[in-house]
Amino acid sequence: MNFEEWKKFKPGKWQEEIDVRNFIQLNYTPYEGTDEFLKGPTSSTLKLWDKVLELYKKEKENGGVLDVDVKTISTITAHNAGYIDKRLEKIVGLQTDKPLKRAIMPFGGVRIVEKSCEAYDRQMDPKVSEIFHTIRRTHNDGVFSVYTPDIRAARSSHLITGLPDGYGRGRIIGDYRRVALYGIDALIAEKKKSLEALDRREFTEEIIRSREETYDQILALGELKEMAAKYDLDISKPAANAREAVQWTYFGYLAAIKDQNGAAMSIGRISTFLDVYIERDLQEGLITEEEAQELIDHLVMKLRLVRFLRTPEYNELFSGDPVWVTESIGGMGIDGRTLVTKNSFRMLHTLSNLGPAPEPNLTVLWSNNLPRGFKEYTTKMSIRTSSIQYENDDLMRGFWGDDYGIACCVSAMRIGKQMQFFGARCNLAKTLLYAINGGRDEISGKQVAPKFEGVTTDYLYYDDVLAKFDNMMDYVAMVYVKALNAIHYMHDKYSYEKIEMALHDDEILRTMATGIAGLSVVADSLSAIKYAKVKAIRNDQGLVTSYEIEGDFPKYGNDDDRVDSIAVDVLKRFMNKVRKQRTYRNSKPTMSVLTITSNVVYGKNTGDTPDGRKAGEPFGPGANPMHGRDTNGALAVMNSIAKLPYEHSEDGISYTFSITPSTLGDNETTQVSNLISMLDGYFARTGHHINVNVFNRELLIDAMNHPEKYPQLTIRVSGYAVNFVKLTKEQQMDVINRTIHEKI
Amino acid sequence: MEKVTGRIHSFESFSTVDGPGVRYVIFLQGCPLRCKYCHNRDTRDVHLGEVYDTEAIVEKILNYREYMGEDGGVTVSGGEPLLQIDFVIDLFKRLKAEGIHTAIDTSGFVDVDKLKDLLDYTDLVILDLKEMDNDTHKDLIGADNAKILKFAEHISNEGVPMWIRHVLVPTITDKEEHLIKLKEFVSTLKTVEKVEVLGYHTLGSEKWEMIGDKFMLEGIAEASADDVKRAEQILGIE
Repeated sequence: MNFEEWKKFKPGKWQEEIDVRNFIQLNYTPYEGTDEFLKGPTSSTLKLWDKVLELYKKEKENGGVLDVDVKTISTITAHNAGYIDKRLEKIVGLQTDKPLKRAIMPFGGVRIVEKSCEAYDRQMDPKVSEIFHTIRRTHNDGVFSVYTPDIRAARSSHLITGLPDGYGRGRIIGDYRRVALYGIDALIAEKKKSLEALDRREFTEEIIRSREETYDQILALGELKEMAAKYDLDISKPAANAREAVQWTYFGYLAAIKDQNGAAMSIGRISTFLDVYIERDLQEGLITEEEAQELIDHLVMKLRLVRFLRTPEYNELFSGDPVWVTESIGGMGIDGRTLVTKNSFRMLHTLSNLGPAPEPNLTVLWSNNLPRGFKEYTTKMSIRTSSIQYENDDLMRGFWGDDYGIACCVSAMRIGKQMQFFGARCNLAKTLLYAINGGRDEISGKQVAPKFEGVTTDYLYYDDVLAKFDNMMDYVAMVYVKALNAIHYMHDKYSYEKIEMALHDDEILRTMATGIAGLSVVADSLSAIKYAKVKAIRNDQGLVTSYEIEGDFPKYGNDDDRVDSIAVDVLKRFMNKVRKQRTYRNSKPTMSVLTITSNVVYGKNTGDTPDGRKAGEPFGPGANPMHGRDTNGALAVMNSIAKLPYEHSEDGISYTFSITPSTLGDNETTQVSNLISMLDGYFARTGHHINVNVFNRELLIDAMNHPEKYPQLTIRVSGYAVNFVKLTKEQQMDVINRTIHEKI
Repeated sequence: MEKVTGRIHSFESFSTVDGPGVRYVIFLQGCPLRCKYCHNRDTRDVHLGEVYDTEAIVEKILNYREYMGEDGGVTVSGGEPLLQIDFVIDLFKRLKAEGIHTAIDTSGFVDVDKLKDLLDYTDLVILDLKEMDNDTHKDLIGADNAKILKFAEHISNEGVPMWIRHVLVPTITDKEEHLIKLKEFVSTLKTVEKVEVLGYHTLGSEKWEMIGDKFMLEGIAEASADDVKRAEQILGIE
């Protein structure tokens, strides 16, 4: 391949075959300086952003959804071009013909779309309803036509929850950079070659499936080109300059979010890739730094407008209206050069130019070797905006190389070479209760798992409970993977992600991403049974519904090996049980310790646990300890979490960390250097992920009203520390008022 | 080696206000003073706390080394850590052998002849100078301030870096002439790196009640940011 658009790029293997990483490695300019080169927003950025803010306001006033196109079944080409303000936009493209107007995507499941419409006082077009009820099956129909009684029972008793059986699975990242680097025609030509190669004498089911999928991918690439043409842009050829590179890349992503309403629709790792184009234009004097920043600001504005039509229950489970447009920034290359470029800064700088926001989900890949200037800038932005999450690049690079991205929150995957079958999670705390109750549900009393002898003694004995728990985990792993196999078979069949997969290699790694909720509850429960005395309290049907604890016991989150080793053991055991299952498409089993904020919902559906947690009380989020049980400060919590082995939890281990600015240090310079030390330390001890919340006033008020969401918010006044949620209301108000006072 | 043990109130693995950088803080149990505004009332009784030996504590602390960066380290606080000076000496000796920065947060209410061994292993002394006026001091703390001032001079003469702290209690320790005296005294010390004014707060008052004691400064207002600023100006802190 050779294109005029590639002039001045260093040639290499990337010209012979699709290899974006090779292009980046040969052409990018590492940046080790500070943030001093950054520029503020242009006047058109400000005008445009004002219009977006106005739209946000209307959306909120309208109950959370501005408008729904209830007629048009969303496809890559279904909607006409849409604009915020055509004259001002440097980067164009919307999911429908108007900003914040949501599209219907019924291939995942028609009922959920109908319900979503109804929740916002709309009705799905009756004709479309009819088609999907009587003619065209959906992913959801497919799954429920094959679900077995054991899966249904585990599902309805909340032993396994959040399964993507009625909504899009997401967690697939197309390599959207390929659109810019190669242009659509070259990508189609490559996929046609793949199709030819799929002509074998042994025409097996597998080959036929791959052939059909490749065929669909080629069609999708054609549609992508057609979609761009609606905006009067021809993307047949590679992008010729920075603006086109940003635009082409975004178009690739836009096609994906028109095609799929996935649980998480991440954009990948595009900043450093785009820097190559920006740097070329800057060198040639074609653009200025202001214009470069404007391109990124306008791209990010588009990413902040991504919307899906979802039910209020879905939003409760996932808290808010999230899309997880995750962009992975920074990291180090395997050759030792940093992958930080000026564009890594520009991407984070959108938090200043446009203000903080949860989307795109800016994810910094942290390495102890990152340039100091970048460490200082990103932690400073963290402290100011609480909008950045961090993941351990030094850890993940060993698993996934240096061109991986994060899907959703913590799932690493090599871009364009790997995808996952998202599996939500099973409730391990409930699993433990089933072990104690012989497979009966502690709330309903129903026999959910096959009947076996539960605990018969008054007091719980560690070896007895552990043996029963181990058996119960065998059962849960089996039913869980059965459900996931059914789901992903049907998703591939009825809602195949053709454009995202068109931007992948032919041979890819698929992971079967299971997950667990309630790890800290289980660890503390087993610790209580082992180190204190736990008495089972039975109701008149002989069901254990409560526990009495005599004595104290070590609690997870205090860097105490006695209990932390239990958490590690449970995690490994369950992972090994998942590994024994036969998975759909021979996918590689992985696991995450992640709950976003659904820890609240899981807790609601789980009875009393032997650690003293009462029925309905939320679990600790992700890998966090149960709130209020950590008494040795933040780093002790980090050390406990860092002990969880990534090699047995390759889909990620999530930690939510909240802190007040004054606890971090008394001025921004010390706050920055202390946060850097903290992150360096946590990741050196092989912690995987951390969400950093540096609390401002709004967050503190939210913490006052929803203490369960802020398990570890510590306020610190020299020499004295206290957990915010334990303060009386008056004291909390006092702290909040002081914060405001300090700010003014 | 013989085990050296001490009574510990609690551990805090992450502090940024008790010395430079990220600090691991050990709160020692027991205090000889009876400060009316004490915010760690529960650390006073010398018979409470859990017994640990220095070897075990150092082992624990080594798990936090990666977080300490270039500036951080370990701070012993309390309670009055120097009530258990032999324990602190042994602990600091071990920490220095590991190259870890050591700081002691003290009231200075201790005889100076005991300090020789300790200071060899101490990188920073954080000293509370509570009040220059001796009558006020006696009333508030329950002891003379002479011993404390002598302690400060000794640390200065030994050449050990010092941070001075003053808790600003409205109507009690905020008098201008006393603050000027404090400034003058501090200016005679040769190793002071930093002077901090800590605004009095009532967050510790609950701890008194938990113990079944009565909080003694009931009705005294917390120091506002403006109060602190004013005191800082008098003390010449920019």
